[in-house]
Amino acid sequence: MIKLTALACGILFGLGLSVSGMTNTHKVLGFLDVFGDWDASLAFVMGSAVLVTAIGYRYVLRQPAPRLSTEFHLPTNAVIDRPLLYGAILFGLGWGMYGYCPGPAVASLAYLRLDSFVFVAAMIFGMLSSTWLKQHFLT
Amino acid sequence: MHDFSLATLGGLAIGAAAVLMMALLGRVTGISGIFWTGLSQAMNRTAGILSWQMLFVLGMVSGAFLAHRAFGLPLPPVSEHNLLVAIVAGWVVGFGTNLGSGCTSGHGVCGISRFSPRSIFATLTFMFAGFATVFALRHLLPVVT
Repeated sequence: MIKLTALACGILFGLGLSVSGMTNTHKVLGFLDVFGDWDASLAFVMGSAVLVTAIGYRYVLRQPAPRLSTEFHLPTNAVIDRPLLYGAILFGLGWGMYGYCPGPAVASLAYLRLDSFVFVAAMIFGMLSSTWLKQHFLT
Repeated sequence: MHDFSLATLGGLAIGAAAVLMMALLGRVTGISGIFWTGLSQAMNRTAGILSWQMLFVLGMVSGAFLAHRAFGLPLPPVSEHNLLVAIVAGWVVGFGTNLGSGCTSGHGVCGISRFSPRSIFATLTFMFAGFATVFALRHLLPVVT
């Protein structure tokens, strides 16, 4: 049941990503181009998603537990530290270079285009590198 | 205007998926985390290839496929950048989201919705970094070179 739920939520999420225009690298770069010919439409993706999630979470997190699990698994780290800062800067840099953030990059594999596979493979190596760095230097 | 309604509709679906994930599984919908956890668990053999994380990822790809097949949405145009840019950008996105514990979905949607200061800080930082990168590549670089 847990797996079926995850699959269904993934489908809904993937539908949202492609319908919204987030899997269109031209649109994403146009949205990030605030000093040029700015395409503001993608601000409505985050706006409406945050609106729904903020209202939904308010109700859901008041419940004693999720329906299919014993507890809510919420992030516990509350410190704004250097890994968060440097990680976010690097993520924004890569996002602005190509126009893919992780979700749309993975969802775009459905288009069966070489660049999506190359991007996701490189992303996996980036995650491997960061994991290695954290294990050897940041512990 | 069409773009704005599609963006809002897509955002509503993304938000609904995030709320359902929390209500049913008690999980934050952060794609970089879900993707990496599913993948590394499969590589370390600590979980099978069909963990809930991997099924979510599979669903995401199917959702994108459905959007274009079933609803007749046109495929987005191919990127104008070459594969070398995809390799560098992909690596940096993977490294950054892993180091910073989240991306647009985890920090930007779920974190902000929980009013997490860490996520608000991360989102402002990566948005600004994205604006600065596009400004540098589109407006500064052509002037300098």
